[in-house]
Amino acid sequence: MLKTAPDFAAPDRAAVPAAPARWQDYVALLKPRVMSLVVFTALCGLVCAATPMNPILAGVAVLCIAVGAGAAGALNMWYDADIDALMRRTRSRPIPAGRVQSADALALGVTLALFSVTLMGLAVNLVAAALLAFTIFFYAVVYTMWLKRTTPQNIVIGGLAGALPPAVGWAAASGAAPLNAWLLVAIIFVWTPPHFWALSLGARGDYERAGVPMLPVVRGEASTRRHILIYSLVLAPLGLTPVLTGLGGPLYLAVAALGGAGFAGLAARLARRKSERDAKALFGFSILYLALLFAALLVEHIAGVRPLDLIAGIAAR
Amino acid sequence: MSDPKREGEAARKARRGRNIALAVGLFGFVVVVFLVTIARLGGHVADHGF
Repeated sequence: MLKTAPDFAAPDRAAVPAAPARWQDYVALLKPRVMSLVVFTALCGLVCAATPMNPILAGVAVLCIAVGAGAAGALNMWYDADIDALMRRTRSRPIPAGRVQSADALALGVTLALFSVTLMGLAVNLVAAALLAFTIFFYAVVYTMWLKRTTPQNIVIGGLAGALPPAVGWAAASGAAPLNAWLLVAIIFVWTPPHFWALSLGARGDYERAGVPMLPVVRGEASTRRHILIYSLVLAPLGLTPVLTGLGGPLYLAVAALGGAGFAGLAARLARRKSERDAKALFGFSILYLALLFAALLVEHIAGVRPLDLIAGIAAR
Repeated sequence: MSDPKREGEAARKARRGRNIALAVGLFGFVVVVFLVTIARLGGHVADHGF
């Protein structure tokens, strides 16, 4: 289902606010919970780049990434207000609830997107600014306006937008995005489908009502559980690859091995049983897994445990 | 524009909150631009031989 005409400022349900918009409603448009994960993974990319950087400019880079993610969230909420109103999980968002007008969300999204990309380009570097602009474009246009309503592979391809922040952070620090940065991107990219499908298993009715072709709606729950298992089996070994390139050390190896095994185990259990509790458990664990994986990298690099140096030291002996 | 006198207390409080948030945001922007300017120019000024 393609939305035919975006409601820029057209009179709609939201044209007459049900309650006065509070500043917190505009913050909600920026999807702060998504933003926090984006900031965390971007910070990880920035630190792992191991390039000396002025702390003020590093802070500005993280701010730009956070604001850019918020802009993409506001544009998503602007475009998806019609389907958000039909789903239990999203109907209390500021636009469908009538607290913020569509046009205001659009203006906020465009303004913040321009602000974040421009500031990143002027204060940090153009590679990071270009990657940030591409990330916002991919989420707001490719995922939200195109893929989400047309294909059950929406979150597979669209997941790239959420996966890119480590590369943006890496580019902010070093001006480039080498293989290790793209490994981090690949991990989040493969992590996204099982994470979202586990969530969508419990919200199938919502997506059906809204006409969003999520995998459980189009292919059924059994197929979705199989897809989750396949992606989890790819993710578990992929999570270990930073150890091979020297990006991750012993702590990272332990977290990736145990976490990957746990992830695959929960996915296998979900594939066997038709339990909503198992889906929720996998969804919760997926967040913990990604957070711990990146936290391990962050700790190793901040604590000065440089795996590449260790390997070089052993080889030199 | 609505007549402020006819606005309810909730609307007035909400507008005041939005205005304060906007002021904080604008002030934050000024601070960011100042700090970036110092960070980007600082080294160059120090390197400049007078």
